[in-house]
Amino acid sequence: MTKVTMTVNGKAVSGEVEGRTLLVQFLREGLGLTGTHVGCDTSQCGACVVHVDGKAVKSCTVFALDVEGASVRTIEGMANADGSLGTLQQAFQDHHGLQCGFCTPGMVMTSAALLAENPKPTEAEVRDYLEGNICRCTGYHNIVKAVLAASGQDVSAVAAE
Amino acid sequence: MPKDHGIGASMKRREDVRFLTGRGQYTDDVSLHGQTHAVMVRSTVAHGRIRSIDTSAAAAMPGVLAVFTGEDFKDMGGNPAGWLINSRDGTPMREPKRPVLAHGKVRHVGDAYAAVVAETYAQARDAAEQLAADTEIEELPAIVDMAAAVADSSNRVHDEIPDNLCFDWGWIEDNRAKVDEVFKSAPHVTTLELVNNRLIPNAMEPRASIGEYFPGTGDYRLTTTSQNPHLHRLLIAAFVMGIPENKLTVVAPDVGGGFGSKIYHYGEEAVVLAAAKKLGRPVRWTAERSESFISDAHGRDHVTKIELACEKDGTFLAFRTATLANVGAYLSNFSTATPTFLHGTLMAGPYKVPNIYVNVKTVFTNTVPVDAYRGAGRPEATFSLERIIDKMCRELNLDPFEVRRKNFITPDMFPYTTPVGLAYDTGNYGATLDKAMEIGDVAGFEKRRAESAKKGRLRGMGLSTWIEACGIAPSHLVGVLGSRVGLYDAATVRVNATGNISVMTGAHSHGQSHETVFAQIVAEKLGVPESAVEIVHGDTSKIPFGMGSYGSRSLAVCGVAVTKAIDKIVAKGKKIAAHMLEAAEEDISFADGKFSVAGTDKAKTFGEIAFSAYVPHNYPLETLEPGLEETAFYDPANFTFPAGAYICEVEVDPETGKVDICSFACADDFGNIMNPMVVDGQVHGGVGQGIGQALLENTSYDENGQLLTGSYMDYAMPRASDVPFYTVDYSCQTPCTHNPLGVKGCGEAGAIGSPPAVVNAVIDALHRGGLTHVKHIDMPVSPSRVWSAING
Repeated sequence: MTKVTMTVNGKAVSGEVEGRTLLVQFLREGLGLTGTHVGCDTSQCGACVVHVDGKAVKSCTVFALDVEGASVRTIEGMANADGSLGTLQQAFQDHHGLQCGFCTPGMVMTSAALLAENPKPTEAEVRDYLEGNICRCTGYHNIVKAVLAASGQDVSAVAAE
Repeated sequence: MPKDHGIGASMKRREDVRFLTGRGQYTDDVSLHGQTHAVMVRSTVAHGRIRSIDTSAAAAMPGVLAVFTGEDFKDMGGNPAGWLINSRDGTPMREPKRPVLAHGKVRHVGDAYAAVVAETYAQARDAAEQLAADTEIEELPAIVDMAAAVADSSNRVHDEIPDNLCFDWGWIEDNRAKVDEVFKSAPHVTTLELVNNRLIPNAMEPRASIGEYFPGTGDYRLTTTSQNPHLHRLLIAAFVMGIPENKLTVVAPDVGGGFGSKIYHYGEEAVVLAAAKKLGRPVRWTAERSESFISDAHGRDHVTKIELACEKDGTFLAFRTATLANVGAYLSNFSTATPTFLHGTLMAGPYKVPNIYVNVKTVFTNTVPVDAYRGAGRPEATFSLERIIDKMCRELNLDPFEVRRKNFITPDMFPYTTPVGLAYDTGNYGATLDKAMEIGDVAGFEKRRAESAKKGRLRGMGLSTWIEACGIAPSHLVGVLGSRVGLYDAATVRVNATGNISVMTGAHSHGQSHETVFAQIVAEKLGVPESAVEIVHGDTSKIPFGMGSYGSRSLAVCGVAVTKAIDKIVAKGKKIAAHMLEAAEEDISFADGKFSVAGTDKAKTFGEIAFSAYVPHNYPLETLEPGLEETAFYDPANFTFPAGAYICEVEVDPETGKVDICSFACADDFGNIMNPMVVDGQVHGGVGQGIGQALLENTSYDENGQLLTGSYMDYAMPRASDVPFYTVDYSCQTPCTHNPLGVKGCGEAGAIGSPPAVVNAVIDALHRGGLTHVKHIDMPVSPSRVWSAING
């Protein structure tokens, strides 16, 4: 067991982990941050996406020890300081961008990374960026719409509204 | 101005807040003091005889607490089939036992034959690998192809079933001779052989179960990924483990999607319960995605020959089908109902076709069991019908829109009894077709086609008009059809002393938005704000016995039970109000949250009545019990029959065979709408899955029964870039005539109606491009299949 230290959602944390402990295991089992989900075992589904030093990372693909000293942000750290939903979270609620909620943390974290890189993405850019995040409930329509809305773009012309 | 709350409002979902902040509580998020970890040991061969299992090395490994094999469960009951289907000759279906853990033989890759429980997951996994190495399995030839399975009696999935046939079902057998006669003399006959591809449901949350046992009371608790916790409890208690039903609590907390795959009881649930009792500690198991692929019930997998007899003008005379339906290695809980009563009874579609005969042979193979997956039988029926109708139109050079319209059951014909045993209550198929043509801009197609042609793309338009029987189901009817359970649902409305309301439902929400929508119904009916209403579901110790959520039944069955319970609350409230207001009960009316005396300004608020019921100081105690809580069970009089028309436009790249979906328009009739935003989402999701089936998803087994598509690297799930924005409309409403909400259900529609629209569009594109030799392409319509069809 080795000690690992990092910042998670602005708080300094540490814990004892094995060399094989994945970041997602450390977050879920070590820190009790169960908002980050595991939906596959081949790094395809994206339910486990978190930010490591501002970049979207699949936390099932990174060892906890590899992010020693890094700043990690999870879905639990996405709300506003007063606890209200952040802009992107609110857009997901406003536009029904989630149903069962299981892929949602990864969708929000990936979309946040997209908007940080590209504040006004096109529809095609949103769809391409979400390539590594699978949703089985929504048919993606309302996820894409929510991300476009969160970027400040008018989505009133999008079909089915 | 649209409503901002109550029935018909697009209220935002209350459940979203916890999901968006990481506070959802899915089974794998539950952590218990003293918990242990189970790992299943699964067969790596499709068919084999277990010669020996030496558990000693695994049991001695660090942290290992217990090892189980099929031997430990051989005296327990089997996981039962929920529907008894009889063959055409009257003999009952063959029902081989499905044990908790495989015993004697393994019958598919992924068939669990042992389980290891250890202090940590890693220790359990290490020991499971050791156990696999210490197991000797004699591999037998795999039975994969259905036609070969029924032809070869020497190789058997179950030793006692010589021809691997579960049943040979005719629907309706009395129609058979007449249908054959019609075909002999028909002016035109179209024939099509097609495959409805096997799908893997892939709810994003893998299955997970936690077993607990409380020796002080002898109670068990199972926390599990279930769409129907009471059904799980019944199956486990009464059929598999033989423990009293009231000593088992089943909790399904937040569940990350189901689509059918979490209706069923699976052996892992019995393993964690038995292990928890043995160890006196909680035992948890969570599937890895690789396990989900080889152990969650799959869907579809039909091979069908369908024939259509018609006049030269396209008037339908008869349909005749012969289907081989794969049930996989064992029967699952609904697997015998799906290819029969959820499929054969729908072979009339929305059409007035006088003669129909359906034959289904259901076959055991060395593959994962197949059961209901979103739509369940109805997508198979719709795909067969809508594909052969399109093929007939091409053969006779008829307009596919007009041929469908000509054959529709018209609004003046309801109630309409089909030749395959259903009585449709209401509908207006011409209206949804008109609406689809409008929102799909059929008039502008030619211009778009010309634009595509300039880019070297072939553009096509495909139509599908669909119907389903859902709101499953009237118990008296499903009983006649072979169901071994009733299919009512139940709700308890508990008005608390302080006036807020808890509603306990038999339905379970795993994405369907019950917590929001059921609260809207209660708020509307009782004149209280939604914030005063809590929806409780997913815990058998809290909720009444309901059958859960599948078959688009939550609203049409359980939602109606909620309204029936509210009716009882209002009736009792009137009695209390009459006493308090010193008026006759029949003079009390209830509206907008107030009980009023007719013709006066005397009234009591709903809150005052609730308080009086619990603090009955001025109360008719001699004739009325205190308290304000009512339960209603609702068993529908008939199925509901949503229907609609879908139009898909595609572009095909003739150089590569790649298909792009350009647009997808859905005009549906779901009856009355409770929350439009939620209905939009349900249609989007269903269409997304249907496009997945049509273009991408393929479950491929090799001749040895190895699943070649066992991960997201090989099984093509639809991604965001594979689908367009959809155009959805449900303004054509013919409310259901036999439930008081007038609702029909919308959960499965998209998955039922969309696959044939996509495939018809691809064929249309090729024909418009002059490639008229392509008559059909099986799903998924992948680039290689399209390219091969073009060039073949």
